[in-house]
Amino acid sequence: MSTHTITTQQVNFKVFRFNASEDYLPYYENYTMEVTSEEVVLDILNRIKWELDGSFSYRRSCRHGICGACAIKVNGRSTLACKERMNDMIELFGNELTIEPLSIKRAVKDMIIDKGDFWQKHDAIHPYLISDVQEHPEHEHLVTPKEAEELLEADLCIQCGACHYACPVVEVNSDFFGPAAFAKAYRFEADVRDDAHHERLQELHKEKQGLWDCVKCFECAEACPKDVNPIDKITKLHQMLFSEGVATSNVATRHAVAFKNSIAKFGVLDEGGMILYSEGTSIVKHIPLAIKMFTKGKIVPPWGITKSENLDEIKKLVASSSTAKF
Amino acid sequence: MKKLKYALFTGCTAKQSTPEQYMSTFAVAEKLGIELVELVEASCCGASHLQDYDDFLSLVLNARNIAYAEKHGLTMVTICNTCQLNTAMTKHRLDNNSELKEKVNEKLKEVGLEYKGTSNIIHFLYAIIDDIGLDKIKEMVVTPLSQFNIAPFYGCHNIRPSELQNESHKTAENPYNPRSLDDLIIACGGNSVDYVEKNKCCGFHVELQAPHTSAVLSGKAVAGAMDNNADWMVTPCPLCHLKLDTQTNHLSEAIGREIALPVLHMQQMLGLALGCSNEQLGFKHHIEKVNFI
Repeated sequence: MSTHTITTQQVNFKVFRFNASEDYLPYYENYTMEVTSEEVVLDILNRIKWELDGSFSYRRSCRHGICGACAIKVNGRSTLACKERMNDMIELFGNELTIEPLSIKRAVKDMIIDKGDFWQKHDAIHPYLISDVQEHPEHEHLVTPKEAEELLEADLCIQCGACHYACPVVEVNSDFFGPAAFAKAYRFEADVRDDAHHERLQELHKEKQGLWDCVKCFECAEACPKDVNPIDKITKLHQMLFSEGVATSNVATRHAVAFKNSIAKFGVLDEGGMILYSEGTSIVKHIPLAIKMFTKGKIVPPWGITKSENLDEIKKLVASSSTAKF
Repeated sequence: MKKLKYALFTGCTAKQSTPEQYMSTFAVAEKLGIELVELVEASCCGASHLQDYDDFLSLVLNARNIAYAEKHGLTMVTICNTCQLNTAMTKHRLDNNSELKEKVNEKLKEVGLEYKGTSNIIHFLYAIIDDIGLDKIKEMVVTPLSQFNIAPFYGCHNIRPSELQNESHKTAENPYNPRSLDDLIIACGGNSVDYVEKNKCCGFHVELQAPHTSAVLSGKAVAGAMDNNADWMVTPCPLCHLKLDTQTNHLSEAIGREIALPVLHMQQMLGLALGCSNEQLGFKHHIEKVNFI
């Protein structure tokens, strides 16, 4: 069978090189190598170091996809070097591959980056169980399989940083906690043994750290090598804020609620009305743009909105299916 | 060949802040010989915001929209990336969780509807690539866009999460190296511009709560297209269009440099190539002047 045949093909690698203590600017080194169908990306990194340039630097440890040390980017795609098969990379991108660290601006030496911001944010969400544990309990503290399922595999995170450095908001806003920290927060929020539920949620809700600043781009879900799906956990945290009564009124929470109100009234969105509801008096800052859009026929007044047909069905469903309160 | 017929879920934006997209969708469909049945009963998809607040309600409402497409026995075509995401996500969750599907159907039963899972949900871009084909589209071009460098802007919710997105269309898309929009540009006779930001986020969804983040992301996209000699940009998503077209002054301020490019909806680009009139394509609704027509 063909799956047992080892094949070889030539690949051109463009490899990011930089030594922060010597180089003024980074540069790319080109290597052409014969790659076999048996190899993973880490094998290529090893061969570059062992056969071509001993000064080439990268992190590696477990070689089993659990330590998270070897995460890098191939053609912009975050990947765990020890887990990613070269054949799959060639299938995705062809025979010209660019190897880069997870974050170029945090590069220290070649693939090695300073992950300080990642760990700082990770620590800030109190990534541990907070619980009054009896020293000599009389019974086991049982967690049922159903309760454990609530973690939604958030506990599979290996802190590799792939999602954090794929997140566009982390690049723009240094206060933003990032997808890994939020997924970790969810992991403890969803744990029935944790007693700090409310406190942690309240902290996450503070604007500066940006639980509401996620742009919903799904880069984190795409980047995660363990299928943790961080954006799903961010959505769950949003829902928790409402269901636990922790959500306070801010532009983001009002905006989420405005969707329900508008749908109940029109079936569709009342775009102008929603911005007014979400922004409150801050609406004034949108006036210049609103005028410009109005003159171009881009704003429909509430009385001009084409409501959904069979609107009574929608009203009925909103009344009977809505579970959230604010 | 049998005439193509789809159930069209316009979403809210095409009926309000991007009327040019609504018009050009119908103009292009006529040229391509596609019959569109507009789902006038449909509600808003929740745009990933209702999902933050009331997940179950969003599932029920989206299942209702799909149920109407199913009643017509048609594939549902979307023209907004975020509608595509939320509708396809609903379908995926219901088709893979019979308990959840039953719960949703209990609600739909109250209004005499049922979600079955029989209609595919596909964005217009992929529908025409799959069902008409790029070669055929190329043959239909009457005004090749050969003098233009066109920068594709894909929009997140058509390409990520890729596992979900690739369920709806035959042409697999690599979110790190997407091809569909580039290929459509080439089929229209244009030169597709390669630039780093083409598959990145425009920041639309945090425009209210994080205006700076939002403006920087959009600003970098326009700047990236300009730096690679684009004459204009094209996008399949009306939300990306709103970010890129309507507030270039904010974007310029956020990234500290003057930027602006005309931005077309994919339907408008296709319409130009297929010989639709400028009136049909609604260019007068653009904020950034479409200066080349």
